[in-house]
Order: sequence, then structure tokens, then C-alpha cells
Amino acid sequence: MSNNTREPLFSAKNLKFLTAPLADNNPITVQVLGICSALAVTVKLKPAIVMALSVTIVTAISNLVISAMRKSIPDRIRIIVQLVVIATMVILVDQFLKAFVFDVSKQLSVFVGLIITNCILMGRLEAFAMSNKPWPSFIDGLGNGAGYGIILIVVAFCRELFGSGTIYGFPVMEKIGAYRIGYENNGMIILPPMALILVGLIIWFHRSRNKSLIEK
Amino acid sequence: MEHYLNIFIKSIFIDNMIFAFFLGMCSFLAVSKNVKTAVGLGVAVIFVLFITVPVNFLLEKYLLKKGAMLWLGEGFADVDLGFLTFMVFIAVIAAMVQLVEMVVEKFSPSLYNSLGIFLPLIAVNCAILGAALFMQEREYENVIEATVFGVGSGVGWMLAIVGLAAIREKMKYSNVPAPLRGLGITFILTGLMAIAFMGFMGIKL
Repeated sequence: MSNNTREPLFSAKNLKFLTAPLADNNPITVQVLGICSALAVTVKLKPAIVMALSVTIVTAISNLVISAMRKSIPDRIRIIVQLVVIATMVILVDQFLKAFVFDVSKQLSVFVGLIITNCILMGRLEAFAMSNKPWPSFIDGLGNGAGYGIILIVVAFCRELFGSGTIYGFPVMEKIGAYRIGYENNGMIILPPMALILVGLIIWFHRSRNKSLIEK
Repeated sequence: MEHYLNIFIKSIFIDNMIFAFFLGMCSFLAVSKNVKTAVGLGVAVIFVLFITVPVNFLLEKYLLKKGAMLWLGEGFADVDLGFLTFMVFIAVIAAMVQLVEMVVEKFSPSLYNSLGIFLPLIAVNCAILGAALFMQEREYENVIEATVFGVGSGVGWMLAIVGLAAIREKMKYSNVPAPLRGLGITFILTGLMAIAFMGFMGIKL
């Protein structure tokens, strides 16, 4: 926290925009935003990390852009303006992925394009960027992207470890000799429904730790 | 004819938007509290998919694909506007939703009132854009196939949301652990429904 006194850009208030979405106000488990893509890309760790980074970048930058021009956007057409800004960012990310990590881009298939309709983006633009200055909006975007990314990475870690016996492609289970003593990969956990149940369990754990989030 | 029926059944049960691809989850979780609104939203989604998928298909075929603009003349044979896909698709969807909203408001005010806020929100429902992108990825051959796929996906989505809404209405009488109430149990319910739907996967059509 000594960083705060020297650097006014990271004041305690701004820092809160960054840390709140990581736990107490997590976009997936609390705000219920952006679930669509969160589940489909979590079979392996690598696509999940790429997806988390892409969403974080797109959220932060589109928050910044919309916040910078929030005073000149007419209220009636703001959704179209927001969609155009987001779509532009997503096209850039998509072209970048196709150029540099083509195999991951193939695995993510339509889900890169679906970042456009990821509710985190529209939700944060509407709830935060339209009424705040550019710098806090940027931080808010980063924080929410990271909060989304954490859930993605936790789910992907569990699914890859127990489903395929690897972590980021490294055969952990084989190296520690688990197969020799009769361990077998759980094929069930690779299937789509298990992602939902895993997120359900994460929510359960999260809420039993933080009682204020419990629904009536 | 049989071919189209296959695409229809396949897009409802085997490639179900929600249970196989998790598309449209946000509104799926938010609007599944009672059956009546779930049915309304389901119908609206089917309707929007019925219009946007074929329109996007035609745009893809005659404008965006590499060499798609050949019909304008030889000079356009090498033009590839593929990178504009997302922008065009989302613009078509946003415009169509706006149009549908106006038409419904004019001709059926009662339906308009019962759909309320859900109609404009369909523009950012991932299932709509997802269907357009899957339509592109799976390379359907003609516009009828694309339409059948669009309607099928919509019916599958509606089936899922109405089913979940019915289960959630019954869940009110169950004793769920406090931290799991609401969102948590809904996730697990959706997971169990998805496991049931996986039974359709083995079917070859």
C-alpha cells in the first residue's frame, strides 16, 4: 500500500475498483454477468487464459473509450455506439489471435466473437463507464476482466487436472505415477454440464464464506 | 424434406444452445423465475432468430465471404470482407431487434407489454449472435437450411428456459442450504438438465 502515497493514480478509492470485482463483487458469481462464454472455454487451461486476457483487455479499453466520450453520446442510440466500440475491439483481438496463436483461436471458435455480446462488457459500460471518468473506468474494466478471469482459470484448472490429468498441457498425473496405482481420468468432468456444476460449487463456497451474499 | 427435419431436430436437442454451448445463459438465469415470462422471452428469441439468421446468411454469402461479391463483376473476385463479420452481424441483430420491437408495438400492443424490457435485451443475448456465428462456421448450403437451423435453435432455447422456470417454481418448496439458494442451485440444476440432454448426443441423424 506504500505505492498509494507516491502514485495518486492508484488512490485507495481507485484500488477498490480493481479489487472489489475479484471477490465481493465478482462479475460471474455475484453480478451474474458473462456466464455464456465462461463455461464453454474451460476444458483446458490454455484457451481459458487466452479468453480471460482477451476479455480483460476488451473490457478495460472499451470502458476507457466509452467513458472518454460519454458526454457526447446521445442517450437514445447509446447501445449501438457501445456495440460498435466493443465490436471494433473484438475484431482487433480476433485478428491478433488468428495471427499469433492460431491453434488457440481455432479452439475458441465462435467464442471470441461472442465477447461482443458478453454481458460483462455491456453491464460495466452501462453501470460504470457512462457515469465515471476515464481512468476509474479503465481500472474498473481491468478489475472486472480479472474477476471473470479468476473464475475461468479456477474452473479450467479443475477440469484439466481431473479430466485430462494435465496442467497447461504438462502431464502431472502421469509424472507422479498416479496411473500406476490405479488412478483414472474422470471423463465426466470434460463434458459441458460439469462446468455448470463446478461454478455452482464455487458459488456455494464463496457464499458460505461471505454470508452477506446469501439470497433469501 | 427429411434433410431439413434432421437439421431442425439436431439444433433443438443435440446442439441445444444452452446445454451444449451455454449461449444465452445470462438472460436464461435472470428470466427463468416463472414460467409465464419464460414463455414470452422464448417466443421472442425464436422470432428474432427466425429473422436474423437468414438475413445474416444472405449477407455472409453475397457480401462478406471471400469472393462473395463476384456477382458485382470480375473485379470484385478477390475482395474479402471477412474481418467485418462481427460488425455486420451485430449491426443486423441490433437493427432487427429494433424493427421487431416497433412492429410488435404497432400491431400487438398486448404482446409488446407482456414482453416488456426483454425485447430490446435480446440484442445482447449471446444465443442470437452465437446462432449467426455457428451458421457461418457450419457452412449451411442454402437459405432454407439456415432458417431451419435458426428456428430450431430458438425452439431448443425456449424448451430449456421453460423447463428451468418450471423446476425453479417447484424449488420454492424445497429446503436448499442457505449459501446455495438462488444462483448456486440454479447452476447445479442447469448442469443436471444438461446431463439429461446429453442422452441425445448418441443420436446420429
